[in-house]
Amino acid sequence: MTYFADVGALARKDLMLELRARDTLPAMLLFVLSTLVVFHFVLPSDSSELAAKGLLWVAILFTALLGLSRAFAAEREQGVIDGLVLATRDRSAIWLGKALAILAFLGLAEIVALPAFGLFFTHVGGGTIAGVVLADVGICAVGTLLAAMATASRARELLLPLIFLPLTIPIVIGGVGASVAGHPGKYLAFLALYDAIFGLVAWGSFEYVVTE
Amino acid sequence: MGLAQEYSLGVIRARGLEKRYGDRQVLRRVEFELPRNGFLLVTGPNGSGKTTLLRICAGLAAPTGGELTCDVGRPSIGFLAHEPLVYRELNALENLDLYGRLYRIRERRERIGMLLERFGLWEERHARVASYSRGMLQRLALCRTLLHEPELLVLDEPYSALDDDGAALLDRELAERRATASFVVATHEPDRVLPLATARLALG
Repeated sequence: MTYFADVGALARKDLMLELRARDTLPAMLLFVLSTLVVFHFVLPSDSSELAAKGLLWVAILFTALLGLSRAFAAEREQGVIDGLVLATRDRSAIWLGKALAILAFLGLAEIVALPAFGLFFTHVGGGTIAGVVLADVGICAVGTLLAAMATASRARELLLPLIFLPLTIPIVIGGVGASVAGHPGKYLAFLALYDAIFGLVAWGSFEYVVTE
Repeated sequence: MGLAQEYSLGVIRARGLEKRYGDRQVLRRVEFELPRNGFLLVTGPNGSGKTTLLRICAGLAAPTGGELTCDVGRPSIGFLAHEPLVYRELNALENLDLYGRLYRIRERRERIGMLLERFGLWEERHARVASYSRGMLQRLALCRTLLHEPELLVLDEPYSALDDDGAALLDRELAERRATASFVVATHEPDRVLPLATARLALG
């Protein structure tokens, strides 16, 4: 239970930092809304519902990328990651706490984005919502690990999209499938499997990512 | 680089320690052994590898050659770095409370209050760290380092940015803990801690 107490303290700290600095969530909200507006004008009026749902996933993915690019900004700027690495019994608590905070930011952005998508394009069904929830878990699990890796690099702004986007292709496949298929069950199962596998890999490998 | 002293019950033992960043060799065959409650003073010019050695001692970096064994668990290490390792958007209480939770300190509020009082930051405890001067940041960093009463203190330039009062306070803290903790201290002011040192390692 003490492990989850550490995770809770770290996630709470990230939410408190965001409440003070307000530099990630407002940017994610503005980005996802402006992206949907641009897509609204880009897409021909007679285009299919399928195309619109594909664009929703593009918006979600890039909004998540925006949040992930700021994930370790405070730790990088003040070198706090060293303090956290020393203080935590299990370093994966840092990853899990950060992933939960990013998940909260992404979830809040989507609470605004999905109704906006319904307004501009087409209604959002249960398959899409379930797909988004499962995809968020995978995005945050993998993205947080990769954001920590990129933080150690001088070219972090370039590196993160380059390593993040290829690894999220299965999420896009599963998410779009869950949104457009008549029976989204197999796509949701695929997303859940991705979450389980990549979540475990990220949890197990974070220790090595934060050691110089 | 020299050999410090030989002790049978070492807290840290370094044998042929090397660290390389790309083509640059930062540490070359460093050897020392720090006994329990020993005090290793590390000196050397800029770029001689003092900070790198201390990061390896704290478990924050891995050597590229040789070996370093440390008998103290990670949560029992107090590490003072060049950076204060605190969040600028949080205040002193919030920062220390986070570390207190992670270190699982019993009666952490009392301990935090006592340290802030002792280091002269009690009045500023609700101010965001971003508004602190460099000297206040160093005092807060010392509070963070000492918060969990570590067995091993790894201090990189502990007197940096401290005024006379702060430096005198740190002298007292080090002298008080000298009997109960082991120390690895890198400083450009070796005369200040030389009376406490049991061994000296000159790098570069």
